[in-house]
Amino acid sequence: MMHSTSRAFVAMLHRDLLLVLRRRLDVLNPLMFGFLVALMFPLGLGPAPDKLALLAPGLLWVIVLLTCLWTTDGLFREDFEDGSLALMVLSSQPLYFLLMARLFAHWLASGFLIALLAPLPGLMLYLPAEGYLALWLSLTMGSVSLIFIGAIGAALTVSLHNSGLLLGLIVMPLYVPVIIFGSAAVQMAVQQQAYAAHLMIMAAMMLLAVVLAPLAIAAALKINLDAA
Amino acid sequence: MWQFFHKLGSPRWFYRISSAVLPWLAVITAAVLISGIIWGLAFAPMDFKQGNSFRIIYIHVPAAFIALAGYYVMAVAGAVFLIWRMKMADVIMRSAAPIGAMMTFISLFTGAIWGKPTWGTWWVWDARITSMLILFFLYLGMMALAGAYQREELGSKAAAILALVGTVNIPIIYKSVDWWYSLHQPASIKLTAKPTIYADMWWPLLMTIIGFYLLYALLLMLYARMEVLRREQGKRWVQEVVD
Repeated sequence: MMHSTSRAFVAMLHRDLLLVLRRRLDVLNPLMFGFLVALMFPLGLGPAPDKLALLAPGLLWVIVLLTCLWTTDGLFREDFEDGSLALMVLSSQPLYFLLMARLFAHWLASGFLIALLAPLPGLMLYLPAEGYLALWLSLTMGSVSLIFIGAIGAALTVSLHNSGLLLGLIVMPLYVPVIIFGSAAVQMAVQQQAYAAHLMIMAAMMLLAVVLAPLAIAAALKINLDAA
Repeated sequence: MWQFFHKLGSPRWFYRISSAVLPWLAVITAAVLISGIIWGLAFAPMDFKQGNSFRIIYIHVPAAFIALAGYYVMAVAGAVFLIWRMKMADVIMRSAAPIGAMMTFISLFTGAIWGKPTWGTWWVWDARITSMLILFFLYLGMMALAGAYQREELGSKAAAILALVGTVNIPIIYKSVDWWYSLHQPASIKLTAKPTIYADMWWPLLMTIIGFYLLYALLLMLYARMEVLRREQGKRWVQEVVD
């Protein structure tokens, strides 16, 4: 017999993954958005392969950062408006773990896929072959941090309309450490230097975000529910 | 003790006490700040490398100190507001945000003015400048969030949470930006170590730093008084004060 909190966690995960499967087109939106941003760079910078290769680690990380940020807007809005969120708060299970399940499901449908597909725009931006493993590893871990931190902003703006730009304004300063170490890891890999230390710091930031962010998200959601 | 704690949360009590303190604080602030600035700008010795342009540190450094300390003032006030629901803490948090943002802006602006003759450029992506710019956006984001809510109290609560998230993040941001790039001279003022700048330059700097802290307290008090009057405008005591 499983502990009731872990059962609630699994039930939440199941519900959210099912929602993702029922709306497969929504999964494609962030991926297309990322590709379109990637398309803008050669158009803006010119097609010279050596120049693009030099900039590729940073550009790819900026693309993923914007895409992850953009997926978190509206993360809680539907649940907020139809009342499911109020039920989650009222349930006997801690909101903290329910939110963790919710965010994990969201990450699987967005951050994980984005990291998996990032080599494609990487090829188009001529990222050198040495960089791909570091790119995938740093993006997989980094996207967890990006989504958990972004969700704090989404929770704080859940009852506001037209929250998109505000979300960016409050979340992006918090993204600074993630992009610094993430793109540095890829750059080190391209220069064929050791980047394990960078990945360990990325992992530490990811764990910190996973453990602490749901606390802030839960508090922010409760405040917004008081408003309704 | 508890009575004092309780009183601390009363806007009316705050207004009365601050009315008594305000003139004294204003006089002391003006005295320290003006004499510190005159000392620094006119009497401190000229720097042998940078000439007179170094004198901008008498504005730049104190403003940068306040910019960072102000974020913590705001976050602590936010935490007190969230935990004890104290009205005055909310007033302090809301008042601290624009003052802190202004100080951050002053330190960035004076840094740019100093950078042009010294480094030959208005902007350098140096670790401390970049951190300051990020801090500026943290302030702006908090103000934008607080202002976006229709109901004032909710905006304050949301902003308080964001300020607390920022406090957890600021050390990480600073360390990572530091690691990312550093081109500045190493920090020259530490409370524990002997300062590495020349004493005749250091004393007026200390004085302007204290002056800026006093100025901060003064501005915070003025902002908070204004905010208290605005929020309590229907109350009878406010009518009496205004009349």
